[in-house]
Amino acid sequence: MAVQEMKLREKSAPARVRVVVEEAAPPMMPVIYRRLSAESLRQALRKMLLIRRFEESAEDAYMRGLVHGTMHLSIGQEASAVGICAALDPTDYMTSTHRGHGHCIAKGAQVSRMFAEFFGKEDGYCRGRGGSMHIADVSTGNLGANGIVGGGIPIAVGVALSMKRQKRSSVVVSFFGDGANNEGAFHEALNMASIWKLPVIFVCENNGYGMSTSSDRSTAVKDVAQRASAYAMAGRIVDGNDFAEVAQAAFDAVERARQGGGPSLIESKTYRIRGHSRSDRNRYRTKEEIEAWLARDPIGAFERQLLRLGFITTADIDAIRADVEREIEEAIAFAKASPAPSIEELTRYVYSD
Amino acid sequence: MSTLIETRPAQRPQDVFAGDGRSHVSRARELTYAQAIQEALAIAMEADERVFLMGEDIGIYGGAFQVTGDLVQRFGTERVMDTPISELGAAGVAVGAALTGLRPIFEFQFSDFSTLAMEQIVNQAAKLRFMLGGAVSVPLVMRFPSGSGTGAAAQHSQSLEAWFAHVPGLKVVQPATPYDAKGCLLAAIADPDPVMIFEHKLLYKMKGEVPEGHYTVPLGKARLCRPGRDVTVVATSIMVHRSLAAAEELADEGIEAEVIDLRSLRPLDRDALAASVKRTHRLVCVYEGVKTLGIGAELSASIAESDAFDYLDAPILRLGGAECPIPYNPELEKAAVPQTPAIIAAVRNLVRGRR
Ligand SMILES: Cc1ncc(C[n+]2csc(CCOP(=O)(O)OP(=O)(O)O)c2C)c(N)n1
Ligand SMILES: [Mg+2]
Repeated sequence: MAVQEMKLREKSAPARVRVVVEEAAPPMMPVIYRRLSAESLRQALRKMLLIRRFEESAEDAYMRGLVHGTMHLSIGQEASAVGICAALDPTDYMTSTHRGHGHCIAKGAQVSRMFAEFFGKEDGYCRGRGGSMHIADVSTGNLGANGIVGGGIPIAVGVALSMKRQKRSSVVVSFFGDGANNEGAFHEALNMASIWKLPVIFVCENNGYGMSTSSDRSTAVKDVAQRASAYAMAGRIVDGNDFAEVAQAAFDAVERARQGGGPSLIESKTYRIRGHSRSDRNRYRTKEEIEAWLARDPIGAFERQLLRLGFITTADIDAIRADVEREIEEAIAFAKASPAPSIEELTRYVYSD
Repeated sequence: MSTLIETRPAQRPQDVFAGDGRSHVSRARELTYAQAIQEALAIAMEADERVFLMGEDIGIYGGAFQVTGDLVQRFGTERVMDTPISELGAAGVAVGAALTGLRPIFEFQFSDFSTLAMEQIVNQAAKLRFMLGGAVSVPLVMRFPSGSGTGAAAQHSQSLEAWFAHVPGLKVVQPATPYDAKGCLLAAIADPDPVMIFEHKLLYKMKGEVPEGHYTVPLGKARLCRPGRDVTVVATSIMVHRSLAAAEELADEGIEAEVIDLRSLRPLDRDALAASVKRTHRLVCVYEGVKTLGIGAELSASIAESDAFDYLDAPILRLGGAECPIPYNPELEKAAVPQTPAIIAAVRNLVRGRR
């Protein structure tokens, strides 16, 4: 009886995990680039560079005592954030994670106000109350990083429900890590998104580890994308260090969501180059492993691809890099000059005024 | 009426400030608070095969605060067990193991994440024995790294101990010194019921005298840290040290504060508190959890309901966390919980009759 039931369910909910195999050296232009202008590709590269330089500068500021607490860097994961957000409109929503600087910038935040937040200043996106782990920019649809692993996933489903009820065309992206997919919240959220056919794109950025715990030690399935089949939604694996592959999957999933086709799960396989946070002693992985991934740096790969396809020149790249450098410098100056919040306002914003 | 209050060499207040580089008079043997916990874990695992550890990144990573450190090398991955990031499920696993002959010690990476496991703690662990008419027990220990002061903001800085203390079936302790950290943990492991241990993150690097070998600190007994005639300051966790520092300064002004480390929220040592208030005639409660409906309310009420009430020469005062989440900005963060100068001012005003 139980077996029969299982089979019936399988029939009504076929697994649709599609494994996209990376080709050795694709000589052709990725199909998705037909939909993206040369300018938007250059902007994508600029955003990836901006994320990288933002995080390197934030790390530097941390060392110099300008940043309080801890932070989680996404260096090495930039193609994933920018590739997903390339398919989004400013009116689309996003929930992010503790490793959320890249998502925030990719969705359109100003690095000046992000630095101000990191420095605990009043001009920060959270008026200095949140810091790195709660960075948000509601004006661009980023509902915030989250200090609770998996915390944003059900929230994203709620936002999607709200969009559907209000007949708004916005879709919602929920970023989370490979560790988060073992929280009950992940499973409950995917199920609800599926039964209610909600416009949400679940993006698991699988960087191989939740802190020190590798996904093969924590996760029963080999690929997180396999879990999509349990909730009758499309699951897809992409090379998270390949902008084009990520963007293609994102456009497909966003299109499905906007057309009422319901949720999708994208597993973006990538790697975090830095430690989990400031306290990481890196005991659980080898130097060789890190070096192998350094050789697959998503920014270098994207630059080379754009050069090869003639979307950009080396002079353009130099100009973009110089421009990013200027933006970072100005942003830090802005953040330093911003006033600190006043102690008298400690309990402000707990309730609506 | 008077209950046992043990006295031990008072912890020097500056000990709290980890890594300040100051050296102290050499004592028999000093360990940090984190080392004291680790030693207790090792002693218990060595002595009893049923004892094992569960938590996120407590193996090769050593735990987010290096409390388990290298224990995995000594006891292996079966007894120092990394769990997936599944607080609710893993807490349930611990409850099941405790029900059936094992002695799990569960580490929350941050106390805040216990909110994901409330179901298992509050509805299951705390009630199973009662619901089953005493047929089972749940010898479970859970450790909660708590408190603010690290810049980790609202979701990694909370002091939720009063929540748990509100649940009959749980025991809730807050050791403030390395000595108590080890002794309370060993007592908790020996206890047949679920014990929740709230450890303050800022205390992990604090050093103090810790005897070698096995000893226990009774759960539910307060500790008199410093006798004084003018006012009783009852504090928990890191606030014990801030209160001791305050008492030292106040002594220079001629105000003698008696400082009591509550140590346990459930059971609550009401007698020790009442006895002290009868001696000093004034009471100030200092704790980090949010003030309203916090532990101070219970302490005040318990004095108001007792015969110690007649001895009071001044209203009872509470110093607790501000009515807001813990903010990120360092100055705001400090302002959100009691600090030594605020304790000094409050006690001085109370004793001098200025409020
Ligand atoms: C509920 C909860 N449990 C544990 C943590 C501590 N923690 C923060 S990040 C993290 C690892 C998360 O791994 P993953 O989801 O893979 O994201 P990554 O850090 O790799 O980006 C852990 C255990 C937390 N913040 N929230
Ligand atoms: Mg991960």
